[in-house]
Amino acid sequence: MAAGLAVTVLAGCAPVQSGPAATGADQQTGQLRVWLFDEVNRGPKEAVVKEAVTEFQNAHQGVTVDVQYIQVQARAERFKAAFSDPKSAPDVAEFGNTDLAGYVAGGGFGELDLSSWADAKDLLPAVLDTGKVDGKVYGVPWYVGVRALYYRTDVFTELGLKPPTKLDDIAPLARQIRAAKPDLLGISAGGKYTYGAMPFVWANGGDIARKDGDKFVAAIDSPESKAGLRQYTELIADDICPPAQCAGNGGDASVEAFRAGKAAMTIGGDFNRKSVDASAAAGKYGIVPLPGKTEGSVAPAFAGGNLLGVMKGSERKSLATEFVKLLGGKQYQRKMFDAMGNMPTFGDVQADVAKANPVVEPFIKTLGAGTKFVPVTANWAKIDAQALLPNLIQEVATGGNGLDAAAKKAADAMNAAFAS
Amino acid sequence: MMRAHKGDGRIAFAYLTPALLVLVGLMGYPIYQLVLISLFDYGQEQVSGGAPLTFLGLENYATLFSDTKFWSVLGQTVGFAAVCVLGTLVVGAALAVLATRVRTWARTVLFLAALGAWATPTVAGSTIWLFLFDANFGFVNELLGTTGFSWTYDRWVAFGLVAAQVIWCSFPFVMVTLYAGIKAIPGEVLEAAALDGASALRTARSVMLPLLRPLLIVVTIQSIIWDFKVFTQIYIMTNGGGIAGRNLVLNVYAYQQAFAASEYGLGAAIGVVMTLLLLLVTLGYLRALRKSGEAL
Repeated sequence: MAAGLAVTVLAGCAPVQSGPAATGADQQTGQLRVWLFDEVNRGPKEAVVKEAVTEFQNAHQGVTVDVQYIQVQARAERFKAAFSDPKSAPDVAEFGNTDLAGYVAGGGFGELDLSSWADAKDLLPAVLDTGKVDGKVYGVPWYVGVRALYYRTDVFTELGLKPPTKLDDIAPLARQIRAAKPDLLGISAGGKYTYGAMPFVWANGGDIARKDGDKFVAAIDSPESKAGLRQYTELIADDICPPAQCAGNGGDASVEAFRAGKAAMTIGGDFNRKSVDASAAAGKYGIVPLPGKTEGSVAPAFAGGNLLGVMKGSERKSLATEFVKLLGGKQYQRKMFDAMGNMPTFGDVQADVAKANPVVEPFIKTLGAGTKFVPVTANWAKIDAQALLPNLIQEVATGGNGLDAAAKKAADAMNAAFAS
Repeated sequence: MMRAHKGDGRIAFAYLTPALLVLVGLMGYPIYQLVLISLFDYGQEQVSGGAPLTFLGLENYATLFSDTKFWSVLGQTVGFAAVCVLGTLVVGAALAVLATRVRTWARTVLFLAALGAWATPTVAGSTIWLFLFDANFGFVNELLGTTGFSWTYDRWVAFGLVAAQVIWCSFPFVMVTLYAGIKAIPGEVLEAAALDGASALRTARSVMLPLLRPLLIVVTIQSIIWDFKVFTQIYIMTNGGGIAGRNLVLNVYAYQQAFAASEYGLGAAIGVVMTLLLLLVTLGYLRALRKSGEAL
């Protein structure tokens, strides 16, 4: 009895843990809960999703699908709450591929069995990799996002310039434009724009981290990485993109300056195209792949994008998987492209889309040239939350800290996160 | 002298029990959990039951104290809070005195304006200030003719702007409290001082200040606690801690390092340290007052 009491007391003396996620149950009817991300202009997305829901409900008697749109900014809190309390969790969810490793480690998503899915063979391997952890698939890539170089055709024509063909040309070109047109940013490059900066690092042969056995080791302070960082931070200077204006900008704000007609170039994603078409820069811009180190090459882009996955605690796993296959399948990816401009993840659908829309060609060329990704480890969420890379870029760009010292500091902090 | 009856203590305890229960439930239990969590490796994996709990003892605290960034953020927070507290007290007290000297209509306008600032939700207030101080479209830059000047870029300018916002939304509490205090000073006392030939300054120092002392203590401690815990203003106005995190304060730092990164154990440790610091400040302040002969 004393021992029993001791156990009770000990158990009372530990922070709460939620019980193991519900398992076993695989119901074939009832309500399927789906979480998708809200968008600035959600209408077209909602229409396509509604169509898929109707199709799904017609095919499955006694099943209703409840779709909730959650805010991207609040996603961390929403998903953490869902993982901690399986009862309030959805069955299917859309989520960013950089969040995957953390979510899987947190026990959030279950492995997907795609073996019987005909569409699966056409998923681009590099893109499917962003849905894998340790070789197992946890998410179907719903769309992929890659960035390329946007430039103002009117400004380039007026000054008799051509878009850059190698990375080293960007800074001089941007400087020349700002000298000629002081009210324009040579290139809108943000200090918090990690995925705009990383291609510079990758093109120089550097990387965020490298795999050493089954552990990651920071590589952001290697000579190659530093060369890339130097090249990117050179852009955040008074004669190209003044720090007071640019150092605090992330990706959205960087593109926003281009949209407002205040920048001659920027690094933007295929997902930004629609919004640029509805801006001051509409009709007078062109897109080329961000050039690489050597003439005519392409800098490796970050393979961003969103996945569709099935929650581990779901009581309707088969239905949920079916829904993922429907919404993430070729037919609806094509519809999502038409509605939102989301780049499909199937090779054949991509080719199809490119044929009908020549304007997405630079993005597909970028994808074809090979993409890179962040380290697939649950610790990436920590590195991301601690803003290690943006802080590194900002420190160098604002002159607060020399490149060597700042890179070393970031690498140390990263290694500490990898080790935890 | 009354003799305490046997059983008085028990009755007193019975009367206090409801308050005690509320305090234990609302304050004691969360603090107990906070301390407990700070002793474990407690991340998202552990919360969802996907990984076993590991007891770390004081390791989270060791990690925290060996982090140079923690110390610089702590220093920054203390400095920032000190400026905000001083500013709030000076502005609040000055306006309270002003309110006792002006006509009724002017006082009504002053109070309405102050209450408006007080009632504005922090998020809305911070955002509106950002609009006012926007580099390109802001009213302030237009007024000063400094279009293009970024108020949130330079470290000290950014801190100054946020401090001004914090003072703006917290001075009304000080003003209203002190105004009530000044009004409560009996007219005879002031009249007696005037008859004795005391100057206005002398009256303020030797008559009004001692009488207002208990109120000043309350508003000072309140302000210290509020301003030490500032989160919203820094988070919104400096976009999560400024360029390269140079405008971080402890609360935002804790959120970023611990909660956003799912390191709840470490985050709880920061919370415990903040609680202890605030308790120390409050206790030290009360002690200093006691020593100078003024019981609260």
